[in-house]
Amino acid sequence: MQDKLKSSSYQQLEQKSKYTNMFLRWFLYFVLILFASYFIFPLYVMVVTSLKTMEEIRQGTLLSWPSGLNFESWAVAWGGRGYGAGDTFLRPYFWNSIKMVVPAVFFSTLIGAMTGYVLTKWRFKGDSWVFLFLLFGCFIPFQAILLPMARTLGALGISNSIVGLVLVHTVYGIPFTTLFFRNYYVSVPTELVKAARIDGAGFFKIFFKILLPISAPIIVVTVIWQFTQIWNDFLFGSTFSFGEAAPIQVALNNMVLSSTSVKEYNVDMASAIIAGVPTLIVYVLAGKYFIRGLTSGAVKG
Amino acid sequence: MKTLKIEDLSKNFGSTEVLRKINLEIDEGNFLVLLGPSGCGKSTLLNIIAGLETINEGNVFIDDYNVSKVEPKDRNIAMVFQSYALYPSMNVRENMIFGLKQAKTSKEKIEQQLEKVSKFLQVDQLLERKPSQLSGGQRQRVAIGRALVREPRIFLFDEPLSNLDAKLRVEMRREIKKLHQQLKTTVVYVTHDQTEAMSLGTRIAIMNHGVIQQNDTPENIYNKPSNTFVADFIGSPSMNLIKGSLKESSGEISFTANGSNFEIPVKGYEFKDKSNLNNKEVFFGIRPEHIYFKKSNESDFEVTLRADLSEYIGHEQIMTFDYANQEILAKFPSTIKIELAKETKLYFDLTQTSLFDAQTEERI
Repeated sequence: MQDKLKSSSYQQLEQKSKYTNMFLRWFLYFVLILFASYFIFPLYVMVVTSLKTMEEIRQGTLLSWPSGLNFESWAVAWGGRGYGAGDTFLRPYFWNSIKMVVPAVFFSTLIGAMTGYVLTKWRFKGDSWVFLFLLFGCFIPFQAILLPMARTLGALGISNSIVGLVLVHTVYGIPFTTLFFRNYYVSVPTELVKAARIDGAGFFKIFFKILLPISAPIIVVTVIWQFTQIWNDFLFGSTFSFGEAAPIQVALNNMVLSSTSVKEYNVDMASAIIAGVPTLIVYVLAGKYFIRGLTSGAVKG
Repeated sequence: MKTLKIEDLSKNFGSTEVLRKINLEIDEGNFLVLLGPSGCGKSTLLNIIAGLETINEGNVFIDDYNVSKVEPKDRNIAMVFQSYALYPSMNVRENMIFGLKQAKTSKEKIEQQLEKVSKFLQVDQLLERKPSQLSGGQRQRVAIGRALVREPRIFLFDEPLSNLDAKLRVEMRREIKKLHQQLKTTVVYVTHDQTEAMSLGTRIAIMNHGVIQQNDTPENIYNKPSNTFVADFIGSPSMNLIKGSLKESSGEISFTANGSNFEIPVKGYEFKDKSNLNNKEVFFGIRPEHIYFKKSNESDFEVTLRADLSEYIGHEQIMTFDYANQEILAKFPSTIKIELAKETKLYFDLTQTSLFDAQTEERI
């Protein structure tokens, strides 16, 4: 068929497909840029507004460039104005969140890793049911457990405390972390565990010496996931804590909504960015492992 | 004293019976191959010997000591796995001494063992490498090394060569054979590859559906299969099993295939039991390589068969003939030219035949 085509018609076809390709390419860029700006736009407004003075905000438009790099609202958001009562600022709550997120991420990841290890390498009767019920935990709406959890925390004497929030987040992280680790360990050859048992290693030794050292990708995934979930959580924070013990998201809400006088948009924007920065940092530092961990298959020995 | 003895061992996973009343004994220094199709229970049996699986019934003895409830590490065994199972986060040195460290062996002893074994297996240059930086053959060697440093009473191999490419597999097979010749340790080796089994084993136990079909020397497995399963499983192509019946007249026993008009005398055959042979339904077994194109022994029996199919495989050819509407295969050097769809004279080597009861499928 093809050799019957004349060379001139070949050239025509070539030319035609060249134009079509060029058009499609430009169209692709156009759509991408459009969508990208749609996503970047709110961030732009936030950053720009946080750098403006209230004067500028009142006069200017939403999109206009600030007159200078004015970090005053950032300082106010972080450390307050220093006039005592009624002055809410983020610093203490930021540390609250850190104190909550670090142990909660650590424990939920460790427990999830252990559960995943048991469910794949130390199979027992009914283990698939245990896993099924754990999975079920991923789908329970958190609102449904607020009241029983409040009672539990009260009974344990840790309501309205960071410790209480650590417990809540650890418990509700376990279904997700177990799922991650189980799916990862399923692809690790069980022969590794057998070999280690013959070599005389026990349950914990096999976990800490053999499996955990090869779990870096999935640990990164779990840590990012848990960090984001716990840091950004508002529901548990606002339900189980108030005042001094509140995490940053709750404090941010109080700051932005409870100001009685004029709305200080620049301080609000700066606060919102501060509250969001830690998750961004975690993503930037570990992002490439995130993708790698999600897609990593079998661990070859 | 038997190095390994297995007594009436049964194992089931839920309602699935995996092993049924297994009895097995190995003398010191023997190389026992467990051979069978996938799902026959051979790997489960090996795991039970290692202590990695529990037993439902029966006992395992190592050096006359009942180890049925003993932890794997205390059984004085070492195992080499199909995937090698080298610890990915440790380098070769750490991999090899992990077991000795767990057993709290003294530092000097560990170093001594490591040096001896790594030199012996020629991995002493690789000690600082991670498993991911090794080739397949090197990994295999390290895995064997990890087993060797523990100086076990019994080596267990679980299909150690099936992850290697064909060429390397043949090389490693020879190395394992050499290793066994030098060390003379007792070995239990699981494989589904009959060439591996034949070339390595001093004894072969053929398994099917959780039952040992025959436990014998490679020669006997090949020449005197104890039932049709073994006859069919060993050899490539497998043994021809021709359906027919025996006839006894005035002390002479002969075989007639169903629908055929000539008798094959089987007077030279060593029957287990000579009674009640007349009119017995049997399978007459002859291997493709024992059907000749030229008469070579006085006792060879001449038949004339039609050639239906020819498969050329380089150094030899496999021909399919029609024997009273039953297909039989023969193996010839590829230099022989045989015309298809023509009657051809062939010679059965009657010293190499097997007879099986058609009902029980057991050798008679």
